[in-house]
Amino acid sequence: MFQKWKDRVTITDIVMWMIGGTLLLLCLWGSVSTIRAGLYTKSHWIDFLIFGLAQGSIYALIATGYTMVYGVLKMINFAHGEVFMSGPFTGYFVATAMWRSDFLDNHPIMAIITIFAVAMFVSTMIAFLVEKIAYRPLRGAPRLIPLITAIGASFFLQYLFKGLYGSGINAYPDIEILNGFWMIFGIRVLKIQVIVIIAAIVLMLVLYNFIMLTRVGKAIRAVSEDKEAAALMGINVDAMISTTFIIGGMAAGAAGVLYALMFKQVHFFMGFLPGLKAFTAAVLGGIGNIPGAMLGGIFLGLIESVAPALFLDGLGIIAPYQLKDAIAFTMLVMVLIFRPTGILGERLASKKA
Amino acid sequence: MTKAQSLWNQGVKIGAIGGVSVLIISLVGMVESFGKRDIIAGILPMGVAIALIISILAAYMAAKKTSIPEKSIQFANAVVSGFVISGFLAVFVMIGRSFNIREMFVGASPVLYNILTGGVAGAGGIFLLLLTGVLCGAFAGILHMLKDLPRKLMVNALLTIFILGLLQELILPILKAWDVGMINYLAGLFYTLNGLTPIGAILSVVIFCILYLLWNANQGAIKFKYASLPKEARKKSQVAALIVLAVILIVLPQFLGLFLSEVITIVGLYVLLGLGLNIVVGYAGLLDLGYVAFFAIGSYVVALLTSPQIFAFGLNFWQALPIAVICGILAGVMLGIPVLKMRGDYLAIATLGFGEIIRILVLSDFLRPWLGGAQGIGSIPNPNLFGFQMVKPQHIYYLLLAGIILVIFISLRLKKSKIGRAWMAMREDEDVAQAMGINLVATKLLAFATGAGFSALSGAIFASKIGSVYPHSFNVFISINVVCIVIIGGIGSLPGIVVGAAVLMGLPELLREFAEYRMFVYGVALVIVMLLRPEGLLPEARHKMEFHDETEAGAKTVA
Amino acid sequence: MILLSIQEMTKRFGGLVALNALNINVKEKSIHSIIGPNGAGKTTFFNCLTGFYRPEEGEVMFNGQSIVGLSPDRIVHKGISRTYQNIRLFPNLTALENVMVGYHVHLKSGFFGPILGLKKTRMEEEKATQIALDLLKYVNMEGREDTLAKNFPYGEQRRLEMARALASQPKLLLLDEPTAGMNPKETQDMMDFIQHMRGELGITIILIEHQMRVVMNISDIVTVFDYGKMIAEGLPEEIKNNKTVIEAYLGTGEAADSH
Repeated sequence: MFQKWKDRVTITDIVMWMIGGTLLLLCLWGSVSTIRAGLYTKSHWIDFLIFGLAQGSIYALIATGYTMVYGVLKMINFAHGEVFMSGPFTGYFVATAMWRSDFLDNHPIMAIITIFAVAMFVSTMIAFLVEKIAYRPLRGAPRLIPLITAIGASFFLQYLFKGLYGSGINAYPDIEILNGFWMIFGIRVLKIQVIVIIAAIVLMLVLYNFIMLTRVGKAIRAVSEDKEAAALMGINVDAMISTTFIIGGMAAGAAGVLYALMFKQVHFFMGFLPGLKAFTAAVLGGIGNIPGAMLGGIFLGLIESVAPALFLDGLGIIAPYQLKDAIAFTMLVMVLIFRPTGILGERLASKKA
Repeated sequence: MTKAQSLWNQGVKIGAIGGVSVLIISLVGMVESFGKRDIIAGILPMGVAIALIISILAAYMAAKKTSIPEKSIQFANAVVSGFVISGFLAVFVMIGRSFNIREMFVGASPVLYNILTGGVAGAGGIFLLLLTGVLCGAFAGILHMLKDLPRKLMVNALLTIFILGLLQELILPILKAWDVGMINYLAGLFYTLNGLTPIGAILSVVIFCILYLLWNANQGAIKFKYASLPKEARKKSQVAALIVLAVILIVLPQFLGLFLSEVITIVGLYVLLGLGLNIVVGYAGLLDLGYVAFFAIGSYVVALLTSPQIFAFGLNFWQALPIAVICGILAGVMLGIPVLKMRGDYLAIATLGFGEIIRILVLSDFLRPWLGGAQGIGSIPNPNLFGFQMVKPQHIYYLLLAGIILVIFISLRLKKSKIGRAWMAMREDEDVAQAMGINLVATKLLAFATGAGFSALSGAIFASKIGSVYPHSFNVFISINVVCIVIIGGIGSLPGIVVGAAVLMGLPELLREFAEYRMFVYGVALVIVMLLRPEGLLPEARHKMEFHDETEAGAKTVA
Repeated sequence: MILLSIQEMTKRFGGLVALNALNINVKEKSIHSIIGPNGAGKTTFFNCLTGFYRPEEGEVMFNGQSIVGLSPDRIVHKGISRTYQNIRLFPNLTALENVMVGYHVHLKSGFFGPILGLKKTRMEEEKATQIALDLLKYVNMEGREDTLAKNFPYGEQRRLEMARALASQPKLLLLDEPTAGMNPKETQDMMDFIQHMRGELGITIILIEHQMRVVMNISDIVTVFDYGKMIAEGLPEEIKNNKTVIEAYLGTGEAADSH
């Protein structure tokens, strides 16, 4: 019996389960001691949660782009973070111009809509062009090649925008109506956070319904399932792939503006970390799965905002917030190890032989 | 296709692509900042040279892609695309001069407009710009019409001027270092302090043409003679070449000043890193984007063990070095076990995540008492070899050279062994490799750990070279740089890596202006290489065609 | 003597039962053919035997040991080797290297042996090279050892794949449609070759095959699959006249009538 067992469990399995178990124990221990020590009050936790929700809904919007592209092309669009950056970075110049001419203060709603329109347009164009120039010629190439191309495109775009718009950190102008608090059920919450959450959810609903209900959405889903069969059914595969990038670009551009409004700054490197996080979110939800990406994003945002305080503070770690990115990445690696098909993804038998 | 269609499709469209390209490099500031450096002193600034090269290339493509086999149409297309390119720039200059677009585009400066219009103000400048475009187009058109030999001669002669001008910072100090009358005279004849002299440019073209024609006339005979040599003699000549190379490598630092030695140690460091990553990416086919983690580990281990700060273990470099390498290998195994079960693209992201985790941890206040936090660790002593302090970059050079030779030796030996074959089989087809009895996890782990060990080795040398380590030295760009070296140089090819490191890392050090555009250029280069030549610039001979395969398995499936 | 014994092997993909409670015994040094209509689960059966898939139920005894649930590389060590329906060579390795990878399981050298150039390692390499060259000769590919695998014509790729499978010196060889896409002459050569392998090397062979001529000529025993189930087993002549088998291939009379 032991022989049989020994042959079938590899050392790596054991090591992996040990790592996972240790991390889980540490998190539990940390949470218990944090809560016991009463380091944070209830209102702290609520703040964490709302901030996490806002941040998470931004991740979720970006993640849909990753997930849809993965669906149709089976590749990780590494440059998606830069698509996210390009929109709000361009929008910044529109915003400052409007701010200078007092348009921003006099017609704030119109101004915000303009910023969104500009940013979404730029992000969409970038996404569309990246696909057309860098990815389209590589259909059918071995897997690593489009990935390397995507990495190249990502750095090219980052430094293109650095060269065009400068390397400084630019402060987004203040929009009066987004400042301040609202009292919701007796809880004081930042207006901007609520707006971000609502806007993101509305956008996601629109996007989801578009994919599920429209003709184009159905065609895109068909392409994700099977390119050749879709082509035989008269679907223009290349056009659908472009459309996917366009939709993803729009979502990323909108997410970028929400990000800029929330954190009030833009710079050329701003897409790198949110991009990676959004990818994490997409993996969390099961890559290729749109509602999964949305949930994954929100979950990741919550974890990132709550975990440093909940897990790490109790362990006596100084300045736990410095480690919040490390937590996100650890989560990415853990998910990839233990549940590569994601939380919502079904456990498909790996395709072999 | 009618002539008009051809004009539109090839002439205008390709011209537009070229125009956008030149516009982009102008807007990001490349033309302006390279404008301060001359290829030919007082005549041709490097920024303009780059713009011209792109324009000519685009126009040449327009002529080449013309679908109508009529010389006049091809020529016309080249001229049209040249005109379109300059048209883009002219419109840009006019807009820039009338409106304030500098608010948005930081590079859109009056200096740039001046460069683009040849310093002539007003409409005259615009006219000059358009004329230059047309001339570029015409030149490209003529190039396209020429026969093979004169065309190659011309292109290569122009490239010679460009490269000689580009490498001034490298060549001039070496020439000056001799300080012999004759050579000083030559240096003065060819170079000013900024670019080639016009006479130098003409002379180098003449010399190049003579050499090229001589080679061209005799290459058949030489190759034949070499091929007809008996095997032993050929082997002997190879050994002789190796010895010459070794001698050059050994005496090289004597002719390099402090600055160039510094540059060459940086190149050496990246060669070492590239060779290590080559095992992981090139042989085993695992894209590792967190390679910097092991570099950091090697550096920090040496720093902790040798520096009097923090722990003061008081070890010397030679004692710390093996420990650093072992720590690197262990880290490779530990990080490798969880991630190696993943598929290729997931692996890339997961390793990227790991690299970031390591950097964040090192940077954090939490680990500061042990790792120094953002301040890093300083006063790392220099290596001491038999009582000789290795202080100067020249000394580090030898250390690196020894490391590189060792790593090349190990790479070559492993490649021809059971392990190397297992790596390559895995790269080709993982499932089948496993079905041939290869334990995937162990084999991948071995590749990962070997690469990690080499990375830690270069990290250790890096720490003792710089004398201090900071978390900021270990960001994701190091990993990306190394990936670029391996991939642009030629996956799996050792010479490719050496050349790749020399060009990709050496050039930005030589041309400080370039450093700013480094990632920009790397990004473009990665995309272009993947699109046009996925096997890299200097591919391993037999794997030349490797990446042109259609399917993952690659075998022709007729079933 | 029974070399491979399969009991109640079942493999499911979601709701689909790909293999349904198979019971098969393979005698040593026999040529055992598996036939059946497309989608009957033949290749899945191979994938279960070689460890690519893990059957949900059942037991596989090979040479007296249970191998069910082992990873593919361990199964090779036990002495099972295979070829693929659509040839899967290592395209950018040379013919020699392809075959030497097949010999991998018999090499003992580690990491430092080749680096230090130990005598033992060198001897082992030489021996491996010799064995690989001999195998190439055995499949009539002498003198082509330095050609990249992808540059061979189709028929030679098949033979090279066979040489690679033989290099692991298996007791049991699984051949997945070895004559697919071959003309009659090549098919005849392949049949001779398969019989040679059994005769000279004493290897037991399980064969998936569509060409009835091949099956009927060289098989000792034939098993017929349909919808993941074994519907018949017996000598070639028995199978030829088996009513169930004919129905599985041609459809039942009623179904044919209703068209």
